Amino acid sequence: MHYMLLLHYAEPEGGTLDQEAIDQAQQEFSAYADVLHRAGVLVAGEVLQPSAITTTLTTVDGTLTVQDGPFADTKEQLGGIFVLDVPDLDAALHWAEQVPALRWGAVEIRPGATFITDGAWVPNT
Amino acid sequence: MGPEHLSARDAVQQAAEQAAEQAAEYVARTSYGRLVARLAASTGDLALAEDALSGALEEALRRWPGDGVPDNPEGWILTVARNRQRDVWKSSAHRTGRPLEQAEHVPTVETGATDPGDLDLDAVGDRRLELMLVCAHPAIDPAVRAPLMLQSVLGIDAARIARVFAVAPSAMAQRLVRAKKRIRAARVPFAIPDRSVLAERLPAVFEAVYGCLAAQWDDDAAAVDSLAGEAQYLAVTLAALLHDEPEAWGLAALTTFTLSRARAAEAPYIPLDEQDPADWDGDLIAEAETYLRRTASARAPGRFALEAAIGAVHAARRRTGVLDLAALRTLYDALVIVAPTLGAQVARASVVGRTDGPEAGLALLADLDGATFQPWHAARADLLARAGRTDEAAAAYRRAAELSDDPRVAEFLLRRGREGS
Repeated sequence: MHYMLLLHYAEPEGGTLDQEAIDQAQQEFSAYADVLHRAGVLVAGEVLQPSAITTTLTTVDGTLTVQDGPFADTKEQLGGIFVLDVPDLDAALHWAEQVPALRWGAVEIRPGATFITDGAWVPNT
Repeated sequence: MGPEHLSARDAVQQAAEQAAEQAAEYVARTSYGRLVARLAASTGDLALAEDALSGALEEALRRWPGDGVPDNPEGWILTVARNRQRDVWKSSAHRTGRPLEQAEHVPTVETGATDPGDLDLDAVGDRRLELMLVCAHPAIDPAVRAPLMLQSVLGIDAARIARVFAVAPSAMAQRLVRAKKRIRAARVPFAIPDRSVLAERLPAVFEAVYGCLAAQWDDDAAAVDSLAGEAQYLAVTLAALLHDEPEAWGLAALTTFTLSRARAAEAPYIPLDEQDPADWDGDLIAEAETYLRRTASARAPGRFALEAAIGAVHAARRRTGVLDLAALRTLYDALVIVAPTLGAQVARASVVGRTDGPEAGLALLADLDGATFQPWHAARADLLARAGRTDEAAAAYRRAAELSDDPRVAEFLLRRGREGS
């Protein structure tokens, strides 16, 4: 069963994090991904650029609108995603508890409904 | 065929129906949770398990009068329920109900129910603990955990649960449906977690069982409904399943002490230390004391063991005729360290007011934020009356009465207020 770990956190202002903190976070994330990979549960992982860089498309009254910035302008933003393949919610919880980003944000565990493998939809079971 | 013959046949038929009904009811009462746990464990679908089980029980009622009650009624019902469960999984109705699941995916529904040993619920171990852990899982809304446990483990109907928790029946039904959907969709596992995770999760299970003790009044003041009996059954079952978990036995003792006083607590309201101990159930008190002794293996008594011990001190009045206030004081001192809830702190202030004088208790109450807490006002009113501050006591009684959900309690408090002045 696929579970998405959605990492939400308040983004630091540009330049407010020193290089040491960035290096440490990167090390923690690669160590975490390594553990997931070796456990055979990691399907995919993405660490996202700041939401200031994002672009959002909407249709307003039939007109396509392109806007800079995130869809929801909230203090916490989606900052990264891990996709895990584990048997059940308790297993997903076990891995989610170890996400380094938990120290500065929240981790949402979202079960998938269906996913594509080799061009075909597969039910998430 | 004369009328006599007919009536004899009718009588036989009636007796068969009665026997069938009794057998099915017996299975429903004694095995409901075990059967639901077995059925749901294989699919993760609690709602489907409950539907399959109620369908199987109906089928038993229909077929047993003619066919006779089978040798292994539980096994018969389990087999029929499993078949119904499998039929639902295979039916197109179920598949079209979940359009994203195009493949004919039948999760691990147990199919081979032919081995007689497999039908012996005791032989495969009791899965009710797994079911209780699912109901009190951290991913489930805490407010729905106790209702969910009552419905899934004991088969209590949603309307009664709604009444006891003072929630509209439709709202309660919706909450239960949503929780079960969540269990299935997010795949909350029916399993006993590792020891460390189990230790983390048990307090929520205890809390949910404790939550079942909550009793409410019907709109109809004559009909009291309480889940004290169901909570006690759940607590004792849980303690037995966990073997040597002291807090589980503490909870079993606490709920049993509470149940022993259920009759005395019926209308009109009388506070615990003024009840006639002769109205309490001596057998249940003895049972509760047995459970309480099993908490002794704990390094330090936990919250429920302490609350049960407080119940034991009250129960001892049945033998000794006096309430041991010094023992109560010691237990409440410990309780507010282990579980410093507002309720425990108010109760402790009340006891201190009787061991050290009302002003000492009032001083403790003054330090608590109890402005909207009914027991705080009730305790304060009592201590003010004991201190001879009658005007203040009357005002406090009125405020406590205003905050009471239970009209009998309000009536009692107002009467006390009038008596004092």
